[in-house]
Amino acid sequence: MLKITELTKKFGANIAVDRTNITVKQPAMIGIIGRSGAGKSTLLRMLNCLTEATSGEIVFDDLTVTQLRGAARRNWQSQCAMIFQQFNLVPRMDVVSNVLHGTLNRRSTLSTMFNLYPQSDIEQAIDILDRLGIAEHAPKRAEALSGGQQQRVAIARALMQDPRIILADEPIASLDPMNAQVVMQSLRRIHEEDGRMVIANLHTLDTARRYCDRVIGMRAGRIVFDGTPEQLTTGVARDIYGADENFSEAATSTEIETLNQPARIPVAAV
Amino acid sequence: MALADTASQSNPTVSEAYLAMVRQKRIFGGILLAIFVALMVGGFLVAQERNAGDFIPGLPQVLDFPAAVVAEAWENRAQLPGFIVQFFPSLIETINIAAVSTLIGGLAAIILSLFSTRGLALFPRMIPVVRRFMDVLRAIPEIVIALVLIFLLGGGPVPAMIAIALHTAGALGKLFSEINENAALGPVEGLASVGANWTQRMLLGVVPQVAPNYLSYALLRFEVNIRASAILGFVGAGGIGYDLRNTITFGTGKFDEAAAIFILLFATIVTFDQLSSVVRNRLTHGRAL
Repeated sequence: MLKITELTKKFGANIAVDRTNITVKQPAMIGIIGRSGAGKSTLLRMLNCLTEATSGEIVFDDLTVTQLRGAARRNWQSQCAMIFQQFNLVPRMDVVSNVLHGTLNRRSTLSTMFNLYPQSDIEQAIDILDRLGIAEHAPKRAEALSGGQQQRVAIARALMQDPRIILADEPIASLDPMNAQVVMQSLRRIHEEDGRMVIANLHTLDTARRYCDRVIGMRAGRIVFDGTPEQLTTGVARDIYGADENFSEAATSTEIETLNQPARIPVAAV
Repeated sequence: MALADTASQSNPTVSEAYLAMVRQKRIFGGILLAIFVALMVGGFLVAQERNAGDFIPGLPQVLDFPAAVVAEAWENRAQLPGFIVQFFPSLIETINIAAVSTLIGGLAAIILSLFSTRGLALFPRMIPVVRRFMDVLRAIPEIVIALVLIFLLGGGPVPAMIAIALHTAGALGKLFSEINENAALGPVEGLASVGANWTQRMLLGVVPQVAPNYLSYALLRFEVNIRASAILGFVGAGGIGYDLRNTITFGTGKFDEAAAIFILLFATIVTFDQLSSVVRNRLTHGRAL
């Protein structure tokens, strides 16, 4: 389905992503972990074509993503939704308009200029907001919402694109534990109910273990681990983060439960 | 604070170095002030030398002309309301020229500004070209463009409108592009990630963020354009400036009409100044209009 071959990105002398190979055969929920600067964000941005690859290629089904230009590239971007750490919504516009931005690739510039969207799209947008539990905020300006609510608006915008892949770049890094849980559960639910592929950069190990089917560890631009959450032992994690014996998973956990019981918690019914 | 205190106590060289820097700055400041004063005095003396008449003896005469206007207007004060009514249609024409040119120039400025902002421009290599083009628009005086257009198109409000709109596009384009530079790029990137094209990214990602600032500068420009449009009347572009030129000439005995026009212009500019400052206040403090 998705095949990344020898993908490399250089910023001047720095190599952000170094000859990466990833093959995904069926839709899965994939977590990418690693230190800051390990190349996680660059990898996702290359998938969405926000950053251009230096060499190597990304192939999705029969489409060579790295060769796309102009309208074809924008069309790919519409099929490959991206969720950002800082939400990247338009703050002064209302929530529904922000969700409707997911359809921009299908709409003419003139109609979007006057904020004219078909009735059916507006209803669909509100349905998606309802599914994520924030329909009551529909008419508010995006900037009036809390971080967790804004991130769910961003997820709604992603869903409005009806994407084949959802990329999430540190989706919960600026959220409190409660909102982080809601957002991660929403992403997991989208994967389970719609069968969409979700690739998320995560900054905590326990989130990756708890929500993902497959975990990829990156260090200094290279993939150093690729396996199931069960295979991700503390020793492997120390390797990924380049940490010593003092490294403890509970210390970085954002889960409320870890305060009392550091053991692994099974995925809650979502 | 505690840290800083211990640092300066334990390390007196830091405070010495800082005080030395302060002394140096004061010396430079003093030298600059002396140069400034010398230039002003020298320039004034040169101007006094080269003036056709004597500058200082001429000073008291400066007030003769306004005094003549006020005296004549005061004699015919009963006719002033009539003159004000008579010249009101010309005032409307002047304001119309200013409004249309602000609108057209402002819209052109939005497009020019988006093409000349680093990080947003569609063709980044064209940024210097667009900027120089805006410089040209600002550099050519409105009155020159208006004179050329009046020669080509004949007198009337349209040449004035085009002349002011061109200048407005250049002036506002520069200001707008500075506002655009401060716009957050997050929303733009968010829209890029859904596959929006450049126009959609600009209209939905940048313009909503900066629209209140655009409006605030456009209102300021509208005031400036009312004055500009009145001045262009002097060269035959219609409006109240044309009437002012006909009445203010020495020896025609129409100073009372000129006074009425001055009152109209003054009232208009005060009105629009107050209006735009109210609107701008509401925009910056977020209250609904």
